[in-house]
Amino acid sequence: MLNQLTISELTTKLARGETSARQTLQACLDQIQRVDDRVHAFLSHDAADALAQADAADQELAGGGSGKPLLGVPIAIKDVIAVKNQPLNCASKILGDFISPYDAAVIEKLRAAGAVVFGRLNMDEFAMGSSTENSAFGLTRNPWDLTRIPGGSSGGSAAAVAADECLASLGSDTGGSIRQPAALCGCVGLKPTYGRVSRYGLVAFASSLDQIGPFTKDVRDAAILLGVLSGHDLRDSTSVALPVPDYAAALTGDLKGLKLGLAREYLVDGLDPEVKAAVNAAVKQYEKLGAEIVEVSLPHTEYAVATYYIVATAEASANLARFDGVRYCERVAGGDPIEMYSRTRGAGFGPEVKRRIILGTYVLSGGYHDAYYLRAQKVRTLIRNDFLKAFETVDAILTPTTPTAAFKAGEKSGDPLQMYLSDIFTISCNLAGICGLSLPCGFTGNTRPRLPIGLQLLGKPFGEETLLKLAHAYEQSAGWHKEKPPLASA
Amino acid sequence: MSAAEFDIHYVAQLARLSLSPEEEGTLASQLTSILGYIEKLKEADVTGVEPTAHAFPLVNITRPDVVSQSLSTEAALRNAPQQANGLFLVPKIVE
Repeated sequence: MLNQLTISELTTKLARGETSARQTLQACLDQIQRVDDRVHAFLSHDAADALAQADAADQELAGGGSGKPLLGVPIAIKDVIAVKNQPLNCASKILGDFISPYDAAVIEKLRAAGAVVFGRLNMDEFAMGSSTENSAFGLTRNPWDLTRIPGGSSGGSAAAVAADECLASLGSDTGGSIRQPAALCGCVGLKPTYGRVSRYGLVAFASSLDQIGPFTKDVRDAAILLGVLSGHDLRDSTSVALPVPDYAAALTGDLKGLKLGLAREYLVDGLDPEVKAAVNAAVKQYEKLGAEIVEVSLPHTEYAVATYYIVATAEASANLARFDGVRYCERVAGGDPIEMYSRTRGAGFGPEVKRRIILGTYVLSGGYHDAYYLRAQKVRTLIRNDFLKAFETVDAILTPTTPTAAFKAGEKSGDPLQMYLSDIFTISCNLAGICGLSLPCGFTGNTRPRLPIGLQLLGKPFGEETLLKLAHAYEQSAGWHKEKPPLASA
Repeated sequence: MSAAEFDIHYVAQLARLSLSPEEEGTLASQLTSILGYIEKLKEADVTGVEPTAHAFPLVNITRPDVVSQSLSTEAALRNAPQQANGLFLVPKIVE
């Protein structure tokens, strides 16, 4: 089935004239029809617009193609990224009927590469959450077990790829929001180094932590997509003017001389024994593949969650101040502007967003700024330095992506702190600004249905080539990525 | 400064967030518990450590001061809750 192909498989078939962009997109639309009433990965999708893009791609292919790396490939988009003339809601009520007047930089790049850009994928509201239960439009369900969550905040992006509703998707990652759902849904999720991919057109949550990245079915596809998304952008002053390497060319399969670090601080009490076993098996596999395993220490790991929930919420409180009913939003009338802002925001934001705005406002407020925010920024330096020091002796660090496999819907939603603590392995990566990737490394045996387990690789700043090479070699030897949830082909 | 001194009503005002009494109660207790966890950061030794605002500090990033493409007035007003004469309409600001 065409919707089950990877990007590299599809582009080969298209080049040979064995299929068309339209047929491929139609297969995705049919799959959405078949499964999305249960999975709810999509908030909406504009079939007519997508078919028109597919037809245009087919015209180009008929003319001999154009060398565009993603020509005809259907890619779906998290609802936090601006796509011109499509809704932009960030899974919140507050934005009402907002239609984006422009394309994000990454969308411009996908279009230039020939991709068929479609759909608005469900997420936790304003990217705040780890389960997609904070969406104002209902949660997304894990395609491997519909009673469980897909992870968050990019839950829709992960589920859509896992359920073969698209060939790849885009998400965003501020504290693990690409890697964690990728792990829980059994696909590949990559967070580039901070500054690698432009944030222009990404609705900002925490400006010093956010990055856009791909969800794909295999590592090669992630390499291809990263190459398309990366690059300097004058409109994002935090984007880095470094050349974009040929990431796919790095997938040589040769791991000789590479050193993989294992951080002793990641063996936490809450680590599920099956997750631990799967990751340990992966470590053995890496040794067989020729990598050397080295123990490293990241001593400030225990402060990462606390640091993040100060830094990220502080930045969020500033970034979300713009949603006030003046230029956009579902405005609630007020006698004066301040009353209007308060009522509009009070009515439009969900509980988790309010929680984080309040916390962020508090830690920046007079009398508390130094004790909380400034201190957190200093601890952030310590966390970053831990990684830079570890990378003097290893090429990448290997960890579980999450402490457990996917939990049941409703299991953690009553206790915000419990939810925050589940991000423990992914959060430090954003604080340090380095790159990280999750890929499948096994399944739980104790649950029915069985659930995916993810392996995380953390790489040096702008070290995505090594990261992808390491991931690819393991993936090809282990083969976990070939397994699909029963629902996808039912 | 501690969880005990957390005044939800005051902070909500700073954040321009109108909360119902139930919301205030729930949020206050959830945030007190979260702040209790965050107290952990006091254990870290930050003597002589510089704060990090940005993982890879870039300095003086500018672009040429050249007029380039931007949103038309029409596009900018497209999502306006209320508009008049090509402007966003808001409640009176100054008496």
